[in-house]
Amino acid sequence: MTPLAPTAAPHAWLARQSRWSWFEVVFWLATLLPFFLFPTYLTLASQVAIAALFAISVDLILGYAGIVTLGHALFFGLGAYTVGLLSARLGWGEPISGLLLAGAVAGLVGFVASYLIVRVQHLALIMVTLGLGFLAYELANAMTWLTGGTDGLRGVSMWQIVGTFRFDLWGYTAYTYSLIVLFLGFLVSRTIVNSSFGLALRGIRENVTRMPAIGSDHSWHLRKIYTISAALAGVAGGLLTQTTNTVGLDVLSFQRSADVVVMLILGGTGRLYGAILGAIIFLVARDQLAGVNPQYWYFWIGLLLMVVVLFMPKGILGFLAKLTGRRD
Amino acid sequence: MSNLVIVLFDGFAFGMLLFVLSVGLSVTLGMMNFINLAHGAFGMLGGYVTVLVMRQLGLPFIVALPAAFLAAAALSIVIERTLFRRLYRAGELNQVLFTIGIVFVATAVATYFFGTVQQPIRLPAWLRGTVEIGGIRFGTYRLFLIAIALAITALLVFGIERTRLGAQIRAAVDNQRVAQGLGLNVEQIFGITFALGSGLAGLGGALAIEIVGLDPSFAFHYLVYVLIVVSVGGLGSITGSFVGAALLGIGDVAGKYFVPEIGSFLIYLILVAVLLWRPLGLFGRR
Repeated sequence: MTPLAPTAAPHAWLARQSRWSWFEVVFWLATLLPFFLFPTYLTLASQVAIAALFAISVDLILGYAGIVTLGHALFFGLGAYTVGLLSARLGWGEPISGLLLAGAVAGLVGFVASYLIVRVQHLALIMVTLGLGFLAYELANAMTWLTGGTDGLRGVSMWQIVGTFRFDLWGYTAYTYSLIVLFLGFLVSRTIVNSSFGLALRGIRENVTRMPAIGSDHSWHLRKIYTISAALAGVAGGLLTQTTNTVGLDVLSFQRSADVVVMLILGGTGRLYGAILGAIIFLVARDQLAGVNPQYWYFWIGLLLMVVVLFMPKGILGFLAKLTGRRD
Repeated sequence: MSNLVIVLFDGFAFGMLLFVLSVGLSVTLGMMNFINLAHGAFGMLGGYVTVLVMRQLGLPFIVALPAAFLAAAALSIVIERTLFRRLYRAGELNQVLFTIGIVFVATAVATYFFGTVQQPIRLPAWLRGTVEIGGIRFGTYRLFLIAIALAITALLVFGIERTRLGAQIRAAVDNQRVAQGLGLNVEQIFGITFALGSGLAGLGGALAIEIVGLDPSFAFHYLVYVLIVVSVGGLGSITGSFVGAALLGIGDVAGKYFVPEIGSFLIYLILVAVLLWRPLGLFGRR
């Protein structure tokens, strides 16, 4: 903890918080390594980037604002289906406008849902998020004429990005594109969590009743971050459709909602790099372990979860930070 | 008309199954605020114990039921003592994730030993077939299920209202701190309640095989139903669990029978609506 002098100007403190460290620069340079080291794994790398963006969106509400959610695939799926339907039903395959629209649709639904979310806490909150997630899944399942149901949506095809870069078989374009979107999403999130708004969210997480007492409109703050988070999740979903050219019901599944929370807790909640690290560990481990015996993949994830919760309550990144004695 | 009666009857039987599966979680959640998502895994354990007892030992179904109860209760004591106890003061997120971890492990272990296929059991002759009452044929097994659930409800209500342990449980659910201040050993009471609740889940898992089947996805699939019962009924309330389970059971069966396309959709819609209307559930007080 940095001791905070009573006279410290809050804006100067926030500016210090948001300064880029050399660790971050190295980290983002390292995200370019797959191009040189594992060119055959670029498809996986773009999956990781998409999962990381999704995990960041969940971190914003779960790690910073303390809203436990088990249904965030709702927004991921909305984004995925927005892009998919746009291409398959309306013939519009332009990637960037598709992503923006995916974010807008998910954000709009998130804004509406946020009025429900701020009304409930604890178990009821978990159950409402879970219920909304299942609701969306069942709805998509029932509307087979629109979504293709369990068969998935056919006929999705993407145009070239800005008219020049075609999505190739090896995933060069896919990874570059996902990485750029991830980085932009990360920048937005980083700006948010290091702003006074981000501080207000952390205040809500630490003590819900005290924030209104010091004059902070906490339910408006929660609604705002929930909407932003939903929009980001929608963008991540849209990215998945664009890089894989398919949409299946699994984009809305409970499995996806649970997986993203698992990634987040593995990496460490309340830190954006925790979300990215968690996505990397989860997907790379699944890729490797599932090759050995796909059925028992969840055994290891379950065990890892139990170990992390018991011994590293702040995630792997929090554990490392503690080891190296860095500030929280 | 007779269709409607049958659907209501089947739905009520399914609801009673859900009640047995979930009542333990409702009481322990109300007492310790410990969100135990592994509750369904104890149910699954009960199911597999039943299968083993009947197939390997060749014992009758009626003997397998108490075995399922005891196995789930015994394992829950071990897990509560060694693992869960460390998490009572942890945040709800950590509790949720830890117990989901247990579900993952339990699912994988069940897959390892039994494979992903359904595990049918052979019921004794006196539980098979149907009974005709007033010209309508009711499933014998479902009648048996309802009878067991009603007996358990009566036992629970009597136990909670009339016995010393019941009074202690009520005190601990009402206000854990005050109960502790009055000299009650809340940890011990909780341990006993937890074991009883998990045992009931195990019994529920055993009873469920004939109705919904048993495979490694049981723990996850029925966890959702159990959580709906608990949150809609209200924490720590046996009446709430009973009403919630009956409503869910009837709603689920009726929805799937009359409007198969949107049956499951309706269930979740009602769940969200009820929780927004009464965040503490229909019978919850805190």
